Amino acid sequence: MPFIPHSETDIREMLAAIGADDVEALFDEIPANLRMGELSGVPEGLIEQDIARLMMERAEADGRPLCFMGAGSYDHHIPAAVWEITTRGEFYSAYTPYQAEASQGTLQLIYEFQTMMTQLTGLDVSNASLYDGASGLAEAILMAVRANRKSKSRRILIPTTVHPDYRKTSHTIVHNQNIELVDVPYCSEGGNMVPDSLKHYEGEDITAVVIQHPNFFGILEDVDALTDWAHQQGALVIAVANPVSMALLKPPGAWGATGADIACGEGQPLGVPMMGGGPYFGYMCCKKEYVRQMPGRIVGRTVDRDERVGYTLTLQAREQHIRRSKATSNICTNQGLLVTAATIHMALLGAEGLKRVAQACHANTRKLVAALTASECVEPVFNRPYFHEAVLRLSLPLDNVMRPLHAHNILPGYALTKDYPELGDALLVCATEKRSDEDIASYASHLQRIINSQTAAGCPVKPKMA
Amino acid sequence: MSNVPVELKYAKTHEWTRENDDGSVTVGISDSAQDQLGDMVFIELPEVGQTVDAAEACAVVESVKAASDVYAPLGGEIVEVNEALADSPETVNEDAFGEGWLFRMQPADIAEMAPLMDADAYETFLASEAH
Repeated sequence: MPFIPHSETDIREMLAAIGADDVEALFDEIPANLRMGELSGVPEGLIEQDIARLMMERAEADGRPLCFMGAGSYDHHIPAAVWEITTRGEFYSAYTPYQAEASQGTLQLIYEFQTMMTQLTGLDVSNASLYDGASGLAEAILMAVRANRKSKSRRILIPTTVHPDYRKTSHTIVHNQNIELVDVPYCSEGGNMVPDSLKHYEGEDITAVVIQHPNFFGILEDVDALTDWAHQQGALVIAVANPVSMALLKPPGAWGATGADIACGEGQPLGVPMMGGGPYFGYMCCKKEYVRQMPGRIVGRTVDRDERVGYTLTLQAREQHIRRSKATSNICTNQGLLVTAATIHMALLGAEGLKRVAQACHANTRKLVAALTASECVEPVFNRPYFHEAVLRLSLPLDNVMRPLHAHNILPGYALTKDYPELGDALLVCATEKRSDEDIASYASHLQRIINSQTAAGCPVKPKMA
Repeated sequence: MSNVPVELKYAKTHEWTRENDDGSVTVGISDSAQDQLGDMVFIELPEVGQTVDAAEACAVVESVKAASDVYAPLGGEIVEVNEALADSPETVNEDAFGEGWLFRMQPADIAEMAPLMDADAYETFLASEAH
């Protein structure tokens, strides 16, 4: 049976029934200047053989570089079973399981995903996922504005140590809704948001404070003091956290005296390949008292009339098919397949396995920092503890070093020059559990050789501080 | 026929209002409204101290079937909300005109009560809506 529901005859009959001449007439009320017209730049279709070849060529263009880049997307080992199971026919759909009677397996899986996420974040409830980490933060901000009914200001404090893409995405989504995002600068020594920098806002009406931990620089924030300060001001706390880091660090639900109110972030580190930037998925958890302001689908467990356990979508009165224009968002479970992979990934690793991954990432990044800063021309920028990323500053132009490293098939890290020009020639580096001692030594030796070739007599700019 | 107390005034959006001796007005949803919505699972109430305009959505009643806005029948300041509904929203189903009240307000202008329907008019209105 074809999946195209309307034949030409169906369409003619329907148009005749409503008295319209053609389908085009149904769009009459949209002014011509707002209509898209023809799509331009879309090439002709390709046969499977040709599209397979094209995709293969594009994939090979990426090469297989030795990856020391993080900055929001991380090169973790994914057990082979994860995508073998995820792509089984029973799971192979991203579609929303409305029909509980036909979707028990998928619903149970999402319920287990939510359970795992609440255990990781230390919060009460989780939704079934969001689009990605960046839009997840925007959703969390909108949610905080709805949930913090005592606050009228719609002002959100957001440190500049939050991922630059997350800040841009949030700005795009919320700025036309009269929500003000207030940048809070970071400490130039620690690379963190110091509670003192918030003193300025004491006594003001603040709706929420965003805390990314570890922050974009990999630095651990003083989450307890910041959370307590925010709550004393009557502000909610939105945590942005890498899910792998939570296996090792204090989870958002345990920050400060009463914990963060909402946690969100990027789910990619949980079994999703880097894939050139997406698709990824976002996660969101919160305290139970705010669940009715939460966006997205939530799966609940219940019993049928014979007392058998069953799973179903719940709290749907928040959602667009019931609340229409006043829904908490238009999010469905578009990212369902990635959530399936993440759930299987976490199930295979277990809590202990995920913690060991986190420990290995931290240990490898420490080794990487030690190996790279052995060069006189490379120094760490911040003095605070970090998780699995660190900012290093070079005393020669970053471009001159990165280009030859790329040529040697090494992705040396994320250049911070565009987003944080004040840091100079600074590079954000990361070593996950996949980077061996040999990988790190290879990066360090290539870097040293390149530096030597460009600076005949060592460091040209300034001597390194002892 | 659902019961419609004669001492109350009614809005077309199915809120009821009761004038209290101190000049404040208590607001709830009618028995007919709760009956149509079904079992209540959550009531979102306004903030005490909040100022609302007549016909402004200021509360939400959520049942197993739907979530509906509750509109302020007249303008004024919210002076009290029925906190007990947080733990037992079903009170709205059980006693819509009594213990299931939603909030109490101090009207800005009591004359705004005038357009509201009396019990007879509301019953006629309900009958017309049923068709």
